[in-house]
Parts: sequence; C-alpha cells; structure tokens
Amino acid sequence: MRGLTILHLGVKELRGLWRDPMMLVLVLYAFTFAVYTAATAMPETLSRAPIAIVDEDRSPLSTRIIGAFYPPYFTPPVLIDPQEMDARMDAGLDTFALDIPPDFQRDVLAGRSPTIQLNVDATRMSQAFTGNGYIQSIVSSEVSEFAEHYRSLTAPTVDLALRARFNPGLNQSWFGAIVEIIDNITMLAIVLTGTALIREREHGTVEHLLVMPITPFEIMTAKVWSMALVVLAASAFSLVVVVQGLLQVPIHGSIGLFLAGAALHLFATTALGIVLATLAGSMPQFALLLMLVLLPLQILSGGVTPRESMPEFVQTVMLAAPNTHFVQMAQAILFRGAGFSVVWPQLLALVGIGTLFFAFALARFRQSLR
Amino acid sequence: MTMDTPAPTTTDRDAVVRLGAVSLSYGRTRALENVTLSIPKGRSIGLIGPDGVGKSSLLSLVAGARALQSGQVFVLGGDMASRRHRQAVCPRIAFMPQGLGKNLYPTLSVRENVDFFGRLFGHDRHEREARIRHLLESTGLAPFAARPAGKLSGGMKQKLGLCCALIHDPDLLILDEPTTGVDPLSRRQFWDLIDSIRANRPGMSVIVATAYMEEAARFDWLVAMHGGRVLATGTPAEMLRETGAADLDAAFIALLPEEIRRRHAPVTIPPRPDSDGDWAIEADGLTMRFGDFTAVDHVSFRIPRGEIFGFLGSNGCGKTTTMKMLTGLLEASEGRARLFGHAVNAGDLRTRRRVGYMSQAFSLYGELTVHQNLVLHARLFALPEAQIPGRVAEMADRFDLAEVMSMLPDELPLGIRQRLSLAVAMIHAPEMLILDEPTSGVDPIARDQLWRILISLSRQDRVTIFVSTHFMNEAERCDRISLMHAGKVLVSDTPEAITRSRKAATLEEAFIAYLEDAATKAPPHTPVATVAARPVPDPPPAPAPIPEQARHRPTFSFRRLYSFTRRESLELQRDPIRATLALLGSVILMFIMGYGISMDVEELPFAVLDLDQTTLSRDYIQELSGSRYFIEHAPIASHKEMDARMTSGELSMAVEIPPGFARDVAHGRQVTLGVWFDGAMPSRAETVQGYIQGMHAQWLTQKARLLYGDAATAGLFNIETRYRYNPNVESLVAMVPAVIPILLMMIPAMLTALSVVREKELGSIINFYVTPTTRLEFLIGKQIPYVALAMLNWLLLTILAVTVFGVPFTGSLAAFALGALLYVVSATGLGLLISTFMKSQVAAVFGTAVLTLLPAVQFSGLINPISSMEGAGAFIGRIYPTTYFITISRGTFSKALEFADLWQALLPLLIIAPVLIGLCASALKKQAG
Repeated sequence: MRGLTILHLGVKELRGLWRDPMMLVLVLYAFTFAVYTAATAMPETLSRAPIAIVDEDRSPLSTRIIGAFYPPYFTPPVLIDPQEMDARMDAGLDTFALDIPPDFQRDVLAGRSPTIQLNVDATRMSQAFTGNGYIQSIVSSEVSEFAEHYRSLTAPTVDLALRARFNPGLNQSWFGAIVEIIDNITMLAIVLTGTALIREREHGTVEHLLVMPITPFEIMTAKVWSMALVVLAASAFSLVVVVQGLLQVPIHGSIGLFLAGAALHLFATTALGIVLATLAGSMPQFALLLMLVLLPLQILSGGVTPRESMPEFVQTVMLAAPNTHFVQMAQAILFRGAGFSVVWPQLLALVGIGTLFFAFALARFRQSLR
Repeated sequence: MTMDTPAPTTTDRDAVVRLGAVSLSYGRTRALENVTLSIPKGRSIGLIGPDGVGKSSLLSLVAGARALQSGQVFVLGGDMASRRHRQAVCPRIAFMPQGLGKNLYPTLSVRENVDFFGRLFGHDRHEREARIRHLLESTGLAPFAARPAGKLSGGMKQKLGLCCALIHDPDLLILDEPTTGVDPLSRRQFWDLIDSIRANRPGMSVIVATAYMEEAARFDWLVAMHGGRVLATGTPAEMLRETGAADLDAAFIALLPEEIRRRHAPVTIPPRPDSDGDWAIEADGLTMRFGDFTAVDHVSFRIPRGEIFGFLGSNGCGKTTTMKMLTGLLEASEGRARLFGHAVNAGDLRTRRRVGYMSQAFSLYGELTVHQNLVLHARLFALPEAQIPGRVAEMADRFDLAEVMSMLPDELPLGIRQRLSLAVAMIHAPEMLILDEPTSGVDPIARDQLWRILISLSRQDRVTIFVSTHFMNEAERCDRISLMHAGKVLVSDTPEAITRSRKAATLEEAFIAYLEDAATKAPPHTPVATVAARPVPDPPPAPAPIPEQARHRPTFSFRRLYSFTRRESLELQRDPIRATLALLGSVILMFIMGYGISMDVEELPFAVLDLDQTTLSRDYIQELSGSRYFIEHAPIASHKEMDARMTSGELSMAVEIPPGFARDVAHGRQVTLGVWFDGAMPSRAETVQGYIQGMHAQWLTQKARLLYGDAATAGLFNIETRYRYNPNVESLVAMVPAVIPILLMMIPAMLTALSVVREKELGSIINFYVTPTTRLEFLIGKQIPYVALAMLNWLLLTILAVTVFGVPFTGSLAAFALGALLYVVSATGLGLLISTFMKSQVAAVFGTAVLTLLPAVQFSGLINPISSMEGAGAFIGRIYPTTYFITISRGTFSKALEFADLWQALLPLLIIAPVLIGLCASALKKQAG
C-alpha cells in the first residue's frame, strides 16, 4: 500500500510537471541549449588580446616582430609612442605593451644580448598569464630565425616532452559542456522539488494530502523520486545526444556509473530543495534563497576552479556539500574514465549526506505545516 | 425583466459616473460586456451580484486604476480616458480595492499606513496629524495605532482601509466588497461609520460592491450585475416591487436570465431522524496558541451522527484552526478532540479514512483533469483498483460532473469546482464531512445546489456534516450552529433557539447581541484584535476641508517622493530575507567569488617516475618540489601505477626521468624528460604548463652556469617582463576589484526590481494608480533606499577587500566613491527598468539575475577587455555601466589613478544613470493594463 501511494503521488507530480510549460522549457533549455552554448561559447584562453608596441628601433627585425602578432590570439598591434604607453594601460586599453629599444637589431647581431621590455596588465589574470608565454615564444622564434642567417646556435640539451592527458588538445569545450551538465543537475533538482512543494502549499493541496491516510514521508519520497527521475533522464539524454553526439566530446568512463552517482546526488539535492522550500515562506523568498545557496554550491565545489587553490576552511566546509563529492566523482568518471574502485568513497559520501539531508527535510517538512 | 438602460430618474447632469458601452476582457475572458450605466450623484450606490460578475472590473475602471479597453467612462464630469482628467480628479476619488487590507502595507503600523497616504496627498505635518487623529478616533482604531496592519482583524483592516481612503476628503468613495469576511458586528459598525461620514459630507457619493444581499437594502440605489452585464438598476424598493420577491436574494434570482434560473429550486430541509445517541465529533476545551496569540480558546461542542452542524463567524475568528485540529492537521495546544470515539492523532491513518475534508480555498490539482483528480484521490484512499471506475462514475453522476470529466479544474466556474471538491471529499464514502467555507464566492444558485447535496447526504446517507460559513442564511439551514468569535464559541444551539434567546428578529441580530456581550466582558486587550464593540462615538469635529487651490498639485512633489522612500525603507527593515540579502548578500557572494574564482595554481600534487636515481635526477625533482606550486607525493614505480594514480585524480602531474639521464646530460647528448599533466580542466592545465616550462628553463640556466660559467648563458636577447599593478600576479588582487562591480550590479538591481514587482503582485501598486503620484516620484522614491543600501554595501565590500582579502588600495577614494554612486544609481535604474516588464516576483529574481550577470561577467571586461571583443558583445560592453565601473575600480585599487585619469570612465556613467530612469518613467504604466 505504502509503495503504491508513493507511486501514485509521484505519477501525479510527473503529470503536474507535464502541464507546467515554464518548467518543461527550463529543463529542456538547461540540458540542450545551455550545454551546447556553454561548450561552444567558452572562450579559448587567449583570444584577441590587445597589444601595443613601442618601436624605438625601426629596423627590419622590429618590423618582423610587429608582423608576428595577429588575430585570433592577438589584436593587430597598435604602434604607440613611449609616452602614450602608461596612459593606455591605465585606461585598460591594452593588456600588453612591448617596448623594443633603440638599436635592438644591431645589438642582437653583435651578441650584446639587448633587453626587450614587456609590460603586462596583471589585473587581467588569464590573459596576462597565457599571453606572456605566447609573446615570449613568438618574439624568441622571430629573433632566432632572423639571427640564424648570421650566426649558428646551439640547441638546449634537455628537452621537455609535455603531454596533457584526458584532453590532449586542452579543448575548452569538453570541459564547458560537462561542467554545465553537472551544474544543471544540481540547479534543476533544487528548483523542481522546491517549487513543486511551494506551489502545493500555496494551493493548499499539501494540507489536503495530509488529511488523507498519507504520511509526510510518502509525500516527500514521491517528490524525490519523480523529480530525480526527470533530471536523470534529461541528463542521460544530454550526455548521449548533445555531448557525445552533437559536440563530439569523447567520454572516457561508464555513463551508467555516472548516472548511478547522479541518482545519489539527486537524492541529496532534491531533499535540499525541500528544505529550502520549507525555509522560504513564498515563491519569491525561495528564489532569493536559491541565489544564495546555488552559487556557492556551484562555484566552491571544485567544478569550475580546482579545490586545492581554495583556502583550507572553504575546502573543509564544502565537504558537507553533496556537490563537492559529485563533482569529484563526475570528473573522475567522465574525464578520466575512472571505475567504481576509484569513486566508491564519493558514492558513499553522497549516500551519507543524502540520508542526513532527507532526514532533516522530513523533520522540517512536518514542522512547516504547523 | 432585464433593464440595460439607466433608470429614468437619473439624468446625465446629476450623474457622478456615466458608462457608455464599456467592455473589458482579460485575455479570452470577458469581464464586462457592453455596459451602459448612469450613477446618480450624492447617494449611496450598491453594486450587487456574486463573485466574478464584473463588479471589481467596473469599479477599477471608474477609479481610473485600470485602462479602458472600449467604451466611455465619465467620472466627476470628465472623460477617464484622458490622462489630464485622471490627474485632475484622482485627488477627489478614493478607492478601496477588494480583499482584506489589499492596499495596505502589512508590516507598517496603523499610523504609518495612514501617514503614508496623508503624505501622498501633500498634507503638511500639522494637518496630517490632526486628520490622522480624527480618523483613528472616529473609527475606534486609536488604541491600536502602533499595531502592524497585518496583525489586525478583518474588520479593523477594513476600517483602516477606510481611514486611508478618507484622508483626503474625497467626493467619490469607491469601496469594493469592504465587508466580505467580516463579522456582523464589525460590518454593522462599518456601515454606521459610512453613514456618519456621509452625514458630515452630504455631497459625497459612495459606490459599494457587495456579495451580501442582506446589506444591499441599506443603499439608496442598486445596480444588479451578472455575467459582465447590468441586470437591473433602481432603489431596493423598486427592485422588490418589480420582481415581486420577498427579499433581495430572491429578487436577484428572479432577475437572472431564464436558463440560469431554471436550474434553481428552493432548498427544503426534511426533519432529521432522531439520533441514536452516538457522537461523531466531540471537542473538549480545544485550545490553539501560536506564540502568545491564542487562536482558539477552550472550544467545546458535541455533534451527533448525521447532523449538519454549522460554525458561524468572521474571517480569522478561529473556525479554520478548529477544523484543522479536528482533522489532525494541527495538534491542539490543550484540550481533546474525538472523532467517532477515537482521540484525534496525526499518526492515526484509520480514522482519516472515515473523514472527508474540503478546505477553504479550492485545493485540488489544477494540472490534473477532473477525472484524474477523482481517480488519484480514490487510489490515495486505497480503494480497491477494481471498484474505482464504478465509484468515480457514481460521484460524477451524483455531483453532476459527467460533462466536465476531461476538463481541467481551472477552466470550470467556481460553483462546479466546489462541487468537484465535494465529490473528491466524498470519493471514499466517508461518514463525516468537514467543510471549511464551501460556498464563499459562489453565486446564490450554485450555493443552493450545493446545499441540496449536503442535505441529501445528511438525511439519506447519515453523513455527519461539519460546515463553516459566514452567510447567515446558510447558518439557518443547519440543524445546530455555534457562533464563534475571537477564538471562542459564544453559543451553540439550533438557529431558532439562538434567535429566540435574544428576542431578536433575525439570526444576525442575535449574533450581534452576543458579540456586544462578549466585547463588554472581554478584557481591554483581547488576544484577537477586535475593535471595542461600543457604538461608534460621535466623531470629533473634522478638520477644515482642503481648500480648493491645494488640489492643484505641483507636477513633482518631494513630499510624495519622500513618502515612498520612507515607506520602502520601513518595509525593507521588516522583511528578514530581503534585508539579509540587501545587507549581507553581496558580502557572502564576495567571499564565494573571491575564493572560488581563482586562477592560481598552488600545491599541485605530482609524483616522479625516476628511472635514473642519480644526484642529478634528484636535484631536478628538488627544484619542482621546493616551489610553492607543486607538492610531491610518493614516487611512482611503474607506468601502470602512473595511469592508475592519474585516473583517480590523486596526481595532477607526473614526471618521468629516463634511465641514463645524468650520464647523457654530462656528455651533452640530447635527453627528453616526459611530463604528463591532467588536461581535464584546460585553463588550469595551461597554467601548469607555463609553470613547469618556466622552472625547467630556470634549472637549465642554473646547470649551464655551473658547468660553463656566465658567458654561456647569454642568449640573443632578454625579455624583461614587468607585471604591472599586481607584481606578484595574485588572483585575489586581480579578481576582487572586478567582483565588486558585478555584485553592486546584480543585488541592487534585483532588490529594486523586486520592490516594484512585489507591489504589482500583492496589489498595493493600486495606490500608485489612484493617487496623484507621478511616475518619477514613484520610481525615484523607491530607488533612493536601494541606492543608499548599495552604497553601504560598497563601503562594506571595499573594507572587506582591503582588510580580509588584503588587496592594496592605491588610488583616489573620492573618485571611487563618486563612481560607485553613479554606478549604483544605474544599477538600481536597470532594476526598475526590468521591473516594468516583469509581472511576478520569481520572474523578477531570475530575469534580473540573467540580465545583469551575463553582460557584467561576459561583456564588461572582467576577463577579456572590451578591446578584444567584436560584434554584439562589444556593443553591449560599450553601453553597459559595469564596463566603466570595472575600469574605475581597477584603476583606483591597483593602478593608483586619480580623478583626472578617470573622467573618461565617469562621464559615461553620468549619462547612463539619467537615461535609464527616463526609460523607466516612459515604460511604467500609470494604470493596470
């Protein structure tokens, strides 16, 4: 009987969702369009970085260097006077300013090792870092090629063979697509269950259920299974059709294992959705709470930036969030092809956190109806 | 009998309101259908008819709160379609919308509410105080001046609404169902109050909509409405004469179109067979306290099986709470309740199967069809699957639902929806029904239909029915009733006995007599707020009427603007979630973003597969593990192990040193070291790549210097990199000054957008529609508190950046402050602009988040400067305020810039802010669409 009640109530939730066009559009958008744009719109690390060059040499070599900067990595260089440089960098017009000193070519050929000055606006972290490397190697190769005609050079004796594993091309879109799916699973789990509960409470239908021979446990379990099922189906579709099919991102691990982990994660996050709905008195308050809860869950869980570069206490606090474990598990499976033997600690953590959240949600749920 | 033309006694000259062929629709629903009407001046007019016949639509058109779609509306001698006329007459009209306290601000006190309206009408302080005192005293609200409006009883809320409406001495007072859900004593006091006000201001016209036919007899002239049309007009006596009916209820039914009237049959109540003495419901000293508020105070009654027992009382008197205790939804603080001899217990699922419950508002699933709703409830009550189709068909037949089985409840009229609710409550054939105001808002014919079903259930099926209502004529149909007031049962008996006991003519009079007794006995501070039930005192002499010239208001008034600012600040202070978001939201998010969006790579775990095991190879490893970027884990023994440890994510980098490394280096032979790093997170991988290359080069130079001396290391040229503004290239220094503009955009914009949309959703926006407030006063008045809050946030964030995050501040603080002020004015302006397009608060929250975050993060130079963008992105970046404030923030934090260096960024902000406010003012509507 109890199982049947949960089944019927869950089917009712699914029917309700089916008649809610806004939510359906949100689910569809989150797992198709949003994933696709996140993958394709993610900028490559260096794109049209603005560079200005002060050419005090005006030699064939300096002209050659200027000619070596072009889109898509750099904007066509702006040639400026030494006096303009500071003002332009202050105004944020250029990220890089390269100063080629007078008599540069002559000094290079004479083996006097002249110095080129590269000014970098270090308030623009990502461009500053990668751009600096690109500029150094561009200038070096131009100078070496030019100098080769005049002197012979010795090669370095120890080489580095650098290989990126799991994503050899350091392709941003692989990363973007999967991070988006992980984030949207959390977002939808909370939004779908939270709004479903608030809507029921606003319409008085929860009360109606509670005067029937139905327990809060059954009502909650029905919401959890039905909404988790929707999100799970949508994310499976998104992984197979959008990520693997449309975006051609190779997935290394087992999608089945990933979905099993996602189901555990959904258990925890749908319960969290219920907790938030009981804390918020109304839909608008739920929306505000959502902003304050969802952002830290997504940003601090290690999905976007690595956990080890966060302060120790943030890392510790975030261990209580299901996202942290889910992100670790998802990245291990999807990026690195890890199996059960690797991700079992995360799965266990998700079960534990999910059970705690569910128990707390159940207690809150009963209380909030008083 | 239908009279579509105005009554012959009314000529156009002495009409206060004239409507010509007015139609109005909401989407596909027609609310008014070609209404032509002339309403005489200086009289009290009653607009009668059940819910949903177009009364409220008509009144809001007359008040100018809703825009006219077709036809003509003339009020106080001018055309309401003309904006100029609306502006001129709105100080002479007062409008109190439907719904208890709909245009009041629940968190503001009684005095603050009236004060707000007084300021809107431009009274100075002295006059305002005199008027407020006079109004509060004449309505008996003076003792409760400090109580929040949300905590008043229904009757008091309506009196407060009246005070707010009367503060500016209107010539036309429009009241939309002012007494619905109010107890009979308060109702009578309310009408006495209106009478005394009219006596003082004989020229004032009063138009009132009501669903209570008993009240209609008080008015000078009536307009009966049904289905968006006027059925008839005339004095009450004329109406009774022309229909030949005994009372107005019957007269109204007689006026209805033939096909509706045909469905009506009078309700007859067969006598109840003698009860066999077993009790269905027993309540003994039931008490419910919420905090220090006692909602239900020692309520006791016993209901025998098969009886129809009525609970009569006003909104908020404890009827619903008592019912919830009986159903087990609420646990009683004190006392006992028994159903069929079993104590009520939330965990007792068996008793619940014997009870059917219908709550006050329609509470079935709007997203399921009628059929699906019935089947779902049958299943939830665990009816055997085989019996369900039969039972559903039986219910459909009995409650006359067969034709609507495949429709959604929302498409059905209220009367049918209530029948569906009853059918659902009956699906499991319970022995008892608990019905909470099942007929409120239902038209008289549908109401009688429902009652016939209830009576047959009681008499034929011996179902015990416990029903609450605030309609007197329904109470008279019950076998026995309890009069309830302020959480207490005043008396329980048969309706006739109650009437007789007070020697009253009607049940209503008897009820009022009991209420008066209760009020005199009650201590001065009764738990439920009720106005002392003494007769309305003679109002103290009213202040002099407003001189005519004072009514020609200036087009822009700082007083009105300040009125909105003051009210908004008070409301914000009293809303914990919004206030927290406003004050702490940005601080919390700053921590999240500051720590979360970090490009630094530190303590990256790596391990080495050292196949050489010489001093040189160890020296190389030392070079890596000695830096703060890398942290060494246990060495790797084989390639297989390397794979496993990288797959598990334990290692982000692995280095392989080939056998014979030291020997080959010594001989100057070409050697290659293998480095594998985790490319899953590409931006981190790029940084790692940069670090390892740099350290490798450094190691090489060091070795070369050791071996060959300085001369060997001189290359063709050197590059001297100067990391400006952030010499240590730290993420925090780069990110924090850029995060401040994003936070100061998103949260102020969201709160400002919410503040307007909230008023739209809760209905208090009507005060902007019907008062002389101009758009700019409303917008800027609401904007000011949020600008002030955002500046406070700016200060908090700046202090946090310098102290907690340790970002040095090097430029001009004054320039930063000015930039911040202009920027938050733009941000709140953007929020206002978004609010003009949004209808619900949820849409406002998410809409603002998307519309502010996306351009602020993507196109404003946070990561990539505007100069590297193209097309639409670059265009958005150039007009979006965040772009310029990021320049100012970074300039003053890291680049030591002063005013003189920043005018190029300040100037665009100076332009954007007023442009945004101008756009809002032109997009904001002064009437409901």
